[in-house]
Amino acid sequence: MNVTLKTALIILGVPFAMLSLAAGLIWVERRLLALWQDRYGPNRVGPFGLLQVLADMIKIFFKEDWIPPFADRKVFVIAPAIVMSTILLSFAIIPFAPGIIISDMNIGILFFLAMSSLGAYSIVLAGWSSNNKYALLGALRGSAQMMTYEVFMGLSLMGVVMMTGSFKLTDIVLAQQHIWFVVPQFLGFVIFLIAGIAETHRLPFDIPEAESELVAGYHSEYSGMKFGMFFVAEYLGIILVSALITALFFGGWLGPGFLPGPVWFFLKTFVFIMFFILLRASLPRPRYDQLMGYGWKILLPLSLINLLVTGAIMMIYIN
Amino acid sequence: MISYLRSIWIAFSHMFKKRETYEYPEKKAPLPARWRGRIILTRDPDMGERCVGCYLCAVACPVDCISLQATEDEHGRRYPEFFRINFSRCIFCGYCEEACPTYAIQLTPDYEMSEYNRQNLVYEKEDLLIDGQGKYHGYNYYKVAGLAIGGKNKGEAENEDKPIDIRSLIP
Repeated sequence: MNVTLKTALIILGVPFAMLSLAAGLIWVERRLLALWQDRYGPNRVGPFGLLQVLADMIKIFFKEDWIPPFADRKVFVIAPAIVMSTILLSFAIIPFAPGIIISDMNIGILFFLAMSSLGAYSIVLAGWSSNNKYALLGALRGSAQMMTYEVFMGLSLMGVVMMTGSFKLTDIVLAQQHIWFVVPQFLGFVIFLIAGIAETHRLPFDIPEAESELVAGYHSEYSGMKFGMFFVAEYLGIILVSALITALFFGGWLGPGFLPGPVWFFLKTFVFIMFFILLRASLPRPRYDQLMGYGWKILLPLSLINLLVTGAIMMIYIN
Repeated sequence: MISYLRSIWIAFSHMFKKRETYEYPEKKAPLPARWRGRIILTRDPDMGERCVGCYLCAVACPVDCISLQATEDEHGRRYPEFFRINFSRCIFCGYCEEACPTYAIQLTPDYEMSEYNRQNLVYEKEDLLIDGQGKYHGYNYYKVAGLAIGGKNKGEAENEDKPIDIRSLIP
């Protein structure tokens, strides 16, 4: 009973915590962007503007949830649900602390890669069903970008997997007790970071959305809570990638003993979330072909080299 | 690559810089002394209306937001019967102030004139007329103009000589 209760609590608690964190991130992002642009950001509603999130939520829930008459209704409705569910499912493999993990499966990383690939369907279907040229262009770009970055996102993680000998995330975290994987796998970390930004299509790689070019890209036609789902999914994606970077390269919950494990995990994750926001505050969006060029011509060979060198060194040391 | 890192660093370093924002309702931005804001009609030092209803402001106004009707009192002194400025049209260019020959119409450094109802932006004469002289103190048009008006004849204005009798030979 006790174990069942604990599992149930974790299963309910993790998505709830992540969703509320994602909503809170809207406020965090706006305040941080403002800080880096010498502004204040939302600071009127409640203490430090914290209730801004609540106000935004109330607003978006009461907005008209409009489905354009020219849209493909069923697909249009299901597209935002796909991205939400795939991202929330991905959180199942995140080890927040020893024991606080929904499903510690032995194909953890593969599960995450599979889920993030499925998330691409959401963009493609949303763009297609909107029956709008900007949305379609956004979806086209989104699918190409996801496909490109998916490839070396997986490859960049293989170094970590090789050094651990397991796809299981708890094993990977525990393998970092002596040294965080960011040191031996620095190249892999940088590539995974870039791929993670592209995967969540955050700025500077927000090419599928590209406000200045494509209205809002694949979710141009969405309104109300359906738009809200895309929005929250984007923030969930940030948390997911930051949490993964923490777990894979920065020792997850491991840290000096004066703070408990989950706190370390949260702190490290938050640093990466802030870094994502800092990137948004500082870097301009590359052109579409430049993005593809970086992906195929630079990052893919680099991740392959990383893989080869890691493999060679391991072979020398283990033999 | 270096330039990317550099721009990330520059954005990050702005964390420790002073913010540009004025938190408006509590703290207002300093206005330049010649800020062109809400338009007023001023009075001369004797509390008479300066406006003489010459229509020059209405003519100068590029958006035609000023409308007025001149009339005369029993002494022959001109004043506007009504004076109406539609601030929903006004662009605060200040041409009316430049055109005014009697310093009557002036722009003030006040910009807080939002309304919920557009009609409330049409200011009538009683809204525009203030009980003061505005920017130009001590100026009274009828005291310096060589115009005969009730209580003041030709040559009785300030710094004005008596009219010369051109038919007389006496200096």
